[in-house]
Amino acid sequence: MNSRKATAALALVTALALGASACNGNSKNSSSSKPGSTGGSSSSATGKDAALNSIVNPSTKKGGTVTMEESDVPDSLDPGNTYYGWVQNFSRLYSRTLLTFKPAAGHDGLTVVPDLATGLGKASPDAKTWTYTLRSGVKFQDGTPVTSKDVKYAIERSNFAPEALSNGPTYFKAYLAGGDKYKGPYADKNPNGIASIATPDDHTIVFHLAKPFADFDYLATFSQTAPVEQSKDTGASYVNHIQSTGPYMFQSYQDGQGATLVRNPQWVASTDPIRKALPDKITIKFKVAATTVDDDLLADNITVDAAGTGVQPQTQPKLITQKQYADQSDDPYAGATSYMAINPNVAPFNNIHCREAVEWGVNKASVQQALGGAVHGDVASTLLPPSVNGYSKFDLFPSKGNAGDVSKAKAALAACGKPNGFSANITARTDRPTEVAAATAIQQALKPIGINLSIKTYPSGKYFSNFAGVPSYVHSHDLGLMLMAWGADWPTGYGFLDQIVDGSAIKPSGGNNLMELNDPTINKALSDAIANTDAAARTKAWGDIDKMVIKTATVVPLVYRKNLLYRPKSATNVTVTQAYLGMYDYTLIGSSK
Amino acid sequence: MTAYIIRRVIAAIVLLLVVSAVTFAIFFLVPRIAGQTTTQLATQYVGKDANPASIAAVKKNLGFDLPLYEQYWHFIKGIFAGAHYKFGPDAATCHRPCFGYSFKSHVEVWPQLKSRIPVTISLAIGAAVLWVVSGVAIGVVSALKRGSVIDRLSMGVALTGVSLPIFFTGQLLLALLSYQWGWWTNVHYVSITADPAQWAWNLILPWVSLAFLYSALYARLTRAGMLETMGEDYIRTARAKGLPERTVVLKHGLRSALTPIVTIFGLDFGLLIGGALLTEQVFSLQGIGNYAVGAVQDNDLPKILGVTLIAAFFIVVCNLLVDIVYAALDPRVRYS
Repeated sequence: MNSRKATAALALVTALALGASACNGNSKNSSSSKPGSTGGSSSSATGKDAALNSIVNPSTKKGGTVTMEESDVPDSLDPGNTYYGWVQNFSRLYSRTLLTFKPAAGHDGLTVVPDLATGLGKASPDAKTWTYTLRSGVKFQDGTPVTSKDVKYAIERSNFAPEALSNGPTYFKAYLAGGDKYKGPYADKNPNGIASIATPDDHTIVFHLAKPFADFDYLATFSQTAPVEQSKDTGASYVNHIQSTGPYMFQSYQDGQGATLVRNPQWVASTDPIRKALPDKITIKFKVAATTVDDDLLADNITVDAAGTGVQPQTQPKLITQKQYADQSDDPYAGATSYMAINPNVAPFNNIHCREAVEWGVNKASVQQALGGAVHGDVASTLLPPSVNGYSKFDLFPSKGNAGDVSKAKAALAACGKPNGFSANITARTDRPTEVAAATAIQQALKPIGINLSIKTYPSGKYFSNFAGVPSYVHSHDLGLMLMAWGADWPTGYGFLDQIVDGSAIKPSGGNNLMELNDPTINKALSDAIANTDAAARTKAWGDIDKMVIKTATVVPLVYRKNLLYRPKSATNVTVTQAYLGMYDYTLIGSSK
Repeated sequence: MTAYIIRRVIAAIVLLLVVSAVTFAIFFLVPRIAGQTTTQLATQYVGKDANPASIAAVKKNLGFDLPLYEQYWHFIKGIFAGAHYKFGPDAATCHRPCFGYSFKSHVEVWPQLKSRIPVTISLAIGAAVLWVVSGVAIGVVSALKRGSVIDRLSMGVALTGVSLPIFFTGQLLLALLSYQWGWWTNVHYVSITADPAQWAWNLILPWVSLAFLYSALYARLTRAGMLETMGEDYIRTARAKGLPERTVVLKHGLRSALTPIVTIFGLDFGLLIGGALLTEQVFSLQGIGNYAVGAVQDNDLPKILGVTLIAAFFIVVCNLLVDIVYAALDPRVRYS
């Protein structure tokens, strides 16, 4: 028997496995918060979009269980080994960081407030040295007091040990003095660790940076600053026994299946002005079918969809057309912009007038429809989305109904010396049907003015590493127009722009600066602004830089992305946090169940 | 008989070794043939801060720089002796039987599989009982009442069952019985040891949807087998001897017609334990199939390898059992 049957079975398993791989996605660039025009309130507002600027169903009642479901698995629940936005939000339940975002409705949610620290960072005048003082009385779940050395160690392990913890961002490594040389706590046995993080006493931590960086307080909100006891660290497997400093600790954790959090008896409310910690228990289940997550939300079987990226397309009509569901929905900005990069190193886009022809010709209203309609995003005219600190509203290429301006496009073509148009390529990700649809909409809009586009699609998993993010490939294959989306790692203009418009973000592969923009004026404006400790001046600068970029006509902003969220009736203290990509604030949320 | 079983067990072990070698080759050799270097293989485990030094470290740690046969030997050795890796301050141990150590989520594959096997087995056994009993019963009745309304009706339902994919029947049952009428709320797996009644109650929907598909198939197979058998000379002889009809049908007819059913049941059941991918996805059951999908989505080779081996193991074992059951079922089959 049997080799035939076994081989057939093996082939089937392999085929199913390979088939399933096609579903893989890259959440970093796709996911990714709604501006509140004013500060939020905790009034008992109800109805559609009520959680955008207020706390819905406010409660101070302790008890109950918050149940979460997630259709995928996180990169890791270890605060030192994650890049996922929802894990950054969720991890605040069991880990405390130096600073965090204020659990508040509306624009207030973007305010950075002290968590483990007693106040915001004290910066030196050159913004190269940052000092934080830690609160007294904060303990790990085993009763050990938290010291500044635990914070230092957490940053060392999360930024400098890619052999064990490879998922998280490495901004500390990039900005700390000597960060390029330190080998990490597992390889470098020097007990003093990296020299540029000083811990003069148990409650003081000082960061010495290689270059001025005025957004450092935002880095201090990263889950990577959550303290870790060196004696309890087991590297990659630490995720199985995370030592909590927050109001909840792990009762159980099963890789790929879920976790249960219960109250941490060592957490003292008086040391924590941020968290209400209302529920007694929090459960999270992974790998629940995406439609089941939606059905469970609508049936009020669970409190929240952990991923916070919105309901599935098949659930969406219910939330739009049926009042009982619509009243329980919120449609916040997701902190990301979909845009089309124009590469000035690919002819004829080396001529600004040819680029301007595209800017004028694109029908953004049809692109918006292709990307899922108004519920999935507003038409964009800037790179910075409205939910990011520094957003400034302007439109350098306005057209009636955002449908494009054919006459101005033709005039630009004539100025480019190609009055009859030209042919070019546009790229999109094969496994993102809405992006391909957007490419088609752009193709159709540009055809009447004589610009004939060929659509080239590439798998999302290799889009940046092998194709659109590889300048040599882009040049040799004449990829003049490339679709992408970008969300900030932290909600400021710098956090958003640095990785996509600064010349240093051009990499041989895997780069995100698809415009290959290396304008000395823009580079200098970015480095000058990030060295400026005047927050108001800095915030203004981001909007100015955004305008400088759009003036180069290398970017066509398409849509400020939105996620359609649903809050079941049992969910209490629900509000959208703009700091975490427009999902609900998990430090606030409770349940009447 | 004992010698036969020993021979079959040895053959099954050899077969599993071959399957492991083929699977290993598919996932480690094929990327190389396709032009992927060991550096590229290692790069996916380095994370976002890839540099030549960190890639080299990962390559060495995971043994990607060793010849393929040596990597395979380490894999086989791990099953019996365990293995050690270093992903932090301490060496990570993959205890025996080490079916691999996930380089992405940094966990041993075997304990994960072990925790998921009861889910899949619970699903498979319950559904199998339902489909075998209902499928065979419907098949027998249809064959005996050939051409009757019952025959036409049951075969019509069977045809519908075969035609409807699990993701349709499963979603339909969930939509109506769980979300619309609320008879089953928040269906999830509960361990049989924790609460047997809840275990069974929560598994009814997955059982029914899975059994609907299979029982239809088995009803048609049984009907065809019974029709053929009941036309045989020895059935006429049995009736001529004056045996009661019940004995003729069950002992002489069904017993013989069951042989092909048992064969296909062994394969179906083995495949199902290897991972009821669609059913587990539809009902969000954390079983082997769900694990396989996640492993492939994460491109986590050790997990894929582990789950493939387990799937192959169950198929081999089920087929072995089928061969043994033959002897008991069919008097014409004797092993020497």
